[in-house]
Amino acid sequence: MDYVLEARNIDKHFHKPKDFHVLRDITFGVKKGEFATIMGKSGSGKSTLLYILSTMDTDYTGALYLNHELVTGKTHQQLSRIRNKNIGFVFQFHYLLSEFSVLENVMLPAKKLAEKTNAQIEKDALQKLEMLHIGHLADQRASRISGGEKQRVAIARALINDPTILMGDEPTGNLDSHNSENVFNIFKNLKEEQGLSLLVVTHDEDFAKRTDRIIQMEDGMILNP
Amino acid sequence: MINWSVILGIAKTHLLTKMKSTGTATLGVTFGIGAYITLVSFMTGLNGMLDDLILNQTPHIHIYNEIRPSDHQPISLYGEFKDAFNMVHSIKPKQNQKKIHNALPILDYLKKHPNVKGATPQLRAQIFYLSGSIELGGNLVGVDIMEEVRLSNIQDNIVEGTPEALKNNDSGILLGAGLAKKMSLHVGDRVQISTVYGNIFPLKIVGIYQSGIAEIDDSQSFANLKTVQRILGEAENYVTDINIKLVDIAQAVPMARQLETQFKTKAIDINQANAQFETGSNIRNLITYAVSITLLIVAGFGIYNILNMLIYEKMKDIAILKATGFSGRDVQLIFMAQAMIIGFVGGILGLLIGFVLSRAIDHAPFETEALPTITTYPVNYNPAYYIIGITFALLSTFIAGYLPSNRARKMDPVKIIRGT
Repeated sequence: MDYVLEARNIDKHFHKPKDFHVLRDITFGVKKGEFATIMGKSGSGKSTLLYILSTMDTDYTGALYLNHELVTGKTHQQLSRIRNKNIGFVFQFHYLLSEFSVLENVMLPAKKLAEKTNAQIEKDALQKLEMLHIGHLADQRASRISGGEKQRVAIARALINDPTILMGDEPTGNLDSHNSENVFNIFKNLKEEQGLSLLVVTHDEDFAKRTDRIIQMEDGMILNP
Repeated sequence: MINWSVILGIAKTHLLTKMKSTGTATLGVTFGIGAYITLVSFMTGLNGMLDDLILNQTPHIHIYNEIRPSDHQPISLYGEFKDAFNMVHSIKPKQNQKKIHNALPILDYLKKHPNVKGATPQLRAQIFYLSGSIELGGNLVGVDIMEEVRLSNIQDNIVEGTPEALKNNDSGILLGAGLAKKMSLHVGDRVQISTVYGNIFPLKIVGIYQSGIAEIDDSQSFANLKTVQRILGEAENYVTDINIKLVDIAQAVPMARQLETQFKTKAIDINQANAQFETGSNIRNLITYAVSITLLIVAGFGIYNILNMLIYEKMKDIAILKATGFSGRDVQLIFMAQAMIIGFVGGILGLLIGFVLSRAIDHAPFETEALPTITTYPVNYNPAYYIIGITFALLSTFIAGYLPSNRARKMDPVKIIRGT
């Protein structure tokens, strides 16, 4: 099967305050163009899994493949590069750099990647902002815009390097229903119009029901692999 | 791969948006370095002036005949009492001439020596200055005045009159400033001097000499060598002292020893003559450096503190940067760049402030009886201190920035994002 992201036999322990087996033998994959959600109760290990899949957490056993390439065991330097190029991430709390303008926030990952000229990056960033209907905010300071707008800026930032997969850790968890709907529609459009793969951790059942696939987690295991 | 423009851009934004902290940290460095430059310039300037004051008056090697008892009393040469216990009471100094034997050939020899910049003969005579019925004891030093001008800073100490006036006047005298004051004498007046044998000579005052050391100014005057020889009724080869200036002062000690054995006289080198003085200079330097380094370390701690706080405030930013693909090293470089910018800007400003303060001190009036040639405080503008200053600024900010930025490098983004 054509998995964009694939996890094989992933196990993880928390060592503090005492040994706790948080993820047990997780094996699953996300297909290209698939919009998947992970659901589960608090403490079921869904966020922990997401951070392993995002390559930020390297303290696990098992194997992780991104675009059929083994990611497990690479150096931090290489992982940073992979995150930069292939993974877009949206957090529950907007997490923008508040001293920078909206446009600079969106441009930053692309500047780090340094595959395009600054003018090209700026054009791309403006285009992403337009796509999310927040082009008029480009020159505002990131600390001066509303919560819903911040989340859309964060999505624009996640998309700037045209990633293979977009991950979200409760991206609507901190938004009202109107803005949640907005974010869902954005995700839906990204999948349908650009064939982007999405993997979102959420508590919101209405949100999850409308996606392609729900991965249910409990006690560190996937119930419907 | 390090993308400097992005890293410096982020560092710049951080610094500019936290202008208050940036300013405080920069000022910390500025004052540290500024105080260091000012202090070190002033202290070394002062040391240099004191060195000059003493050292220029001291010849590198001073040759004279020492009055002392014989090393071996005659009885020790007498074989029959070899094993006896001899006691000699009231030993007197050996009967000796004050003059240096063969002074003129010695002078010739010295003047041809490659390491000798100049050698001047002197004749020191005990005399009395007569002022009415009052007799003031003192010295009259016969010198070759133009040679002295060439080799020492005597010209700086002639506060009235000129050396040439003494050279041209066969019965002229450069009177000590203290003596002139005591006897109410001025340039152009006549002073009577009397030798220890009671011969009285009138001399014309052609200048006033002030060394700054009261003891000397109250007793010592200068006249031409020939004049003093004539007053004492001695021949032209009668010289009691020879002062030598060397090209390489480091050779003073071995050369003094060599001259002692070669000419059977006493030769004092500059280190012997100024041993205590050297100690004083060293201790002053030590204090200067101790204070300077303390200032710089305090500035370093200021930077450390502020960067630490900055990184604490920016934890979430660090997590975002790492999540969006910046590596730990990129994050460390962002904070290191901030530290180094603070160090560089603060250091340069510090050098400027140090220079301005040094100029101010340099122009502050400093007039004292003791130092006739000095009108303002001495300052040493040695570029080496400026290089040391900026180097230390960069070094201390590097260390102060390294520790917190290393913490930022190692920070786990997941922990911050998940709030655990």
